[in-house]
Amino acid sequence: MAATASTAPQAATAGAFRTTRRRRAARLLAVTCSLAVAVSALFVLTMMVGSFQLSAEEVIASVLYLRDDPSVDFVVRGLRLPTAASALAVGLALGAAGTIFQQLLRNPLASPDFVGINTGAGLAAVTGIVLLQAGGLAVSALALGGAVVAALLMYVLAWRDGVAGYRFILIGIGVALFFDGLIGYMLTKAQLSDARQAMHWLTGSVGQAEAGELRLLLGALILLLPTAVLLQRQLRALELGDDTARALGTRTELSRGGLLATAVVLTALAVAVAGPIIFVALIAGPIANRLLGPATGGIIPAALVGATLLLTADLVAVHLLPTPLPTGVVTGAVGAPYLLWLLATTNRQGAGG
Amino acid sequence: MSNSTHVARRVSVLGPGLAVLCVLLALIAFLSVTLGSRSIGLPEVLRALGSMDTDGSINSTVTLELRVPRTLLGILVGAALGVAGAILQGVTRNPLADAGIMGINSGAAVFVVFAITVLGVRGAAVYVWFAFAGAIAALVLVYAIASLGREGATPIKLALAGAAVTAGLVSVTTGIVMTNVDALNELRFWQVGSLAGRYAPILTGVAPFLILGLIASLGFGRALNGLALGEDVARGLGQQVTRTRAAAFAVVAVLAGAATAACGPIVFVGLVVPHLARIICGPDYRWILPYSMLLAPIVLLLADVLGRVVAAPDELQVGVVLGVLGAPAFVGIVRYGRLSEV
Repeated sequence: MAATASTAPQAATAGAFRTTRRRRAARLLAVTCSLAVAVSALFVLTMMVGSFQLSAEEVIASVLYLRDDPSVDFVVRGLRLPTAASALAVGLALGAAGTIFQQLLRNPLASPDFVGINTGAGLAAVTGIVLLQAGGLAVSALALGGAVVAALLMYVLAWRDGVAGYRFILIGIGVALFFDGLIGYMLTKAQLSDARQAMHWLTGSVGQAEAGELRLLLGALILLLPTAVLLQRQLRALELGDDTARALGTRTELSRGGLLATAVVLTALAVAVAGPIIFVALIAGPIANRLLGPATGGIIPAALVGATLLLTADLVAVHLLPTPLPTGVVTGAVGAPYLLWLLATTNRQGAGG
Repeated sequence: MSNSTHVARRVSVLGPGLAVLCVLLALIAFLSVTLGSRSIGLPEVLRALGSMDTDGSINSTVTLELRVPRTLLGILVGAALGVAGAILQGVTRNPLADAGIMGINSGAAVFVVFAITVLGVRGAAVYVWFAFAGAIAALVLVYAIASLGREGATPIKLALAGAAVTAGLVSVTTGIVMTNVDALNELRFWQVGSLAGRYAPILTGVAPFLILGLIASLGFGRALNGLALGEDVARGLGQQVTRTRAAAFAVVAVLAGAATAACGPIVFVGLVVPHLARIICGPDYRWILPYSMLLAPIVLLLADVLGRVVAAPDELQVGVVLGVLGAPAFVGIVRYGRLSEV
């Protein structure tokens, strides 16, 4: 008698739990699919517009090697595909890396822009441009090295019986400000032409991608995005706090180190390809979380939001503005109003956090 | 019992500590008046300071009309940025929150660019008021967006709204500047953040706002301690959370807005000094606020003096000195210090 009385509510709770879980999974699937469709559409659209207009059919046929039309192939594969692919890849990488950082450090402001990785890359690249008159591939390689060195430096400095999120953020602030000071010094001491070239690189643009770096980034994405998703379970446990995660059997240092390394490699490669494009990593995660509602924290949706942002920004920067501008100028103007609108509307329903 | 002895010990250590910092600040202010790219003998500086009247000589003019206002501005702006940073970090409960990420610097920059390109005005004395208005407008926008909805302006919404507003405004500024070389040239110098070239008229313009804001800010210690416990606890303790947040934001708008208007964005002071104060004082905002208020001008003036002395007869910008010398010191303190979280 007592047993049946207690099992009935238990069964009801379990049922409700299952329903919410199913609803959450359905929403995750729906949001991810629609984002993927949006990204594909934008990807094709970027290659259609320009001084030489093409139809979607022609673009798709050319990219997939379905038809042989030399003039279309030249425009699509030779001119437009590299830029479109780099916008797609850099967006995916920055979106994923940003949301990993934000969840790992449990801070919505903790994106690679603000904790020193981008500034490390920036200092190395600016030093190369100003002191060594480097260009092209050399600058990309320097940026890659600078980002990795900055990340290692922060990890070593923040290590004291493990890496606590709070100390990592403070060390990140210090490292970022140190590199910023040096970049400022470099820019004031440089020749004007070098300074302008350095400023242009620091703004970031998907049009400046080098084929080698881009191939490396695409390879890393294919390898690292699934890895990051597999580590997602550990990430979820970490969100409850270090002690809880340890009690649940997560090997916190190992999974934290793995996720951090994934995010750092993605950021470093993205910066090497397109320069330190700001705000994509910062904004993509929060936008994805608000689209997902209760099922927050998906890495793939955040990556897709990042790609959407960057493809849109590239379209606006190159085709809508009176003079073509580097992509990094437009990313904030494209993403920020949307995030503000999401903040305002989800909160009115009382669902936002 | 143990708690009360703890508090008593804290007062007996931290109280005299404030006095020590006051002496240190006075010492550095004195150095800031005596040292500079033009070498002026100590007796001459003292004579000029004693008479408070220029006798027509270049040395006394430099002392009284350039170095004294610069030093006073450094003290006021440093104190304002330090306290504003501490309050912002307390209200948003986020160690990364500062005037830069909450939209103040970018709002000021947009209005300065607007003044240059659309209205065609020039000169640091005019930019002050545009920058001040822009900073306040941006902060009002951030607060308004964050406070939509049932729960009002929660820390996470404030942080996200601030970051988004900053992102949008930075894009607008860079977009205009990249297509308008004239504006780029003007903004380049405004954006460095410096005490140089900001003399008496700017000081007298912003000083009333800064002094009023500094006095008002000291009253927020207890309220911020309440917010640090979490919104529900603060409400349970009888605090009016929404009103506290709005008042704190108003004070920050005046302090950081006027400081940024006067000197351009100086990131380090608002972001790092509150953490130094927290490492010294622990989590109690009744101590963090006055410590930030004294530590920040010490750090700022020290960097300013070093920048003048090291590169004489040239000058090294405050931002560069703070980044290259201050940031490693901060990293060392964080690495080996005892941290208490926001």
